[in-house]
Amino acid sequence: MDVSLDDRQEGDRTIVVVGGEIDVYTAPKLREKLIDLVSAGHYHLVVDMEAVEFLDSTGLGVLVGGLKRVRAHEGSLRLVCTQDRILKIFRITGLTKVFPIHASVDEAVAATPDSA
Amino acid sequence: MATVELLLSPLPVHVRTARLVGVAAARRARLADELVDELRLAIGEACSRAVALNAAHAPDVPVKIVLRDDATGLTVEVTDAGPESGPPTDPVEELLGEYEVDPRVALAVLMGLVDELDITTTSSGTTVTLRWPLPVRAA
Repeated sequence: MDVSLDDRQEGDRTIVVVGGEIDVYTAPKLREKLIDLVSAGHYHLVVDMEAVEFLDSTGLGVLVGGLKRVRAHEGSLRLVCTQDRILKIFRITGLTKVFPIHASVDEAVAATPDSA
Repeated sequence: MATVELLLSPLPVHVRTARLVGVAAARRARLADELVDELRLAIGEACSRAVALNAAHAPDVPVKIVLRDDATGLTVEVTDAGPESGPPTDPVEELLGEYEVDPRVALAVLMGLVDELDITTTSSGTTVTLRWPLPVRAA
């Protein structure tokens, strides 16, 4: 399965809905999406990963790249994920300390904008 | 004992091929369900790393994957033709560093993910060996 990418605006937050498999083959599409959004002035991103079926370290690298880009503009990048098999790779790499991870998009949107 | 061998051109799209074959072999060998997801991620990490190294250093050399199961376990060997790359001490620092994708991060993930992991480096490349136990079958 390929990756699916959609975005929508909720107030000053941009919700990026990601689905499918994020691996070394599809990660460049996610990278391009995040770069496009930041280039267009979207600095507060919420990446909804509830429909992601597979994520590897290449995908993690792209998310970290996105975080670095929004931070350069004093922005934020929050993740929405409740799937244990996806959360596992964040735990293994220690990235749970780097990304705020929320249980729902509503929770992520309600979080303080400048705290991530 | 059953063996599957794959030779993959070092192209990102083939990492998925390796994952699919790995999952099929794991199910055929009756690996526990909770370990199949682990194997899928681990083969993906090992092959992403190997594909990146071969693509950069030996693009004409295929990545070799051998899956072997016997009465006690399922073993996966992934062999690349790249130079030695040690595991990072801190994956977060590596990921937050200059490069967004670093093959060493894959090794760090594998070390955290798989209990039985062996990394053997020779002058011609590195073999990452992953092993999972299989349930004891009735005689």
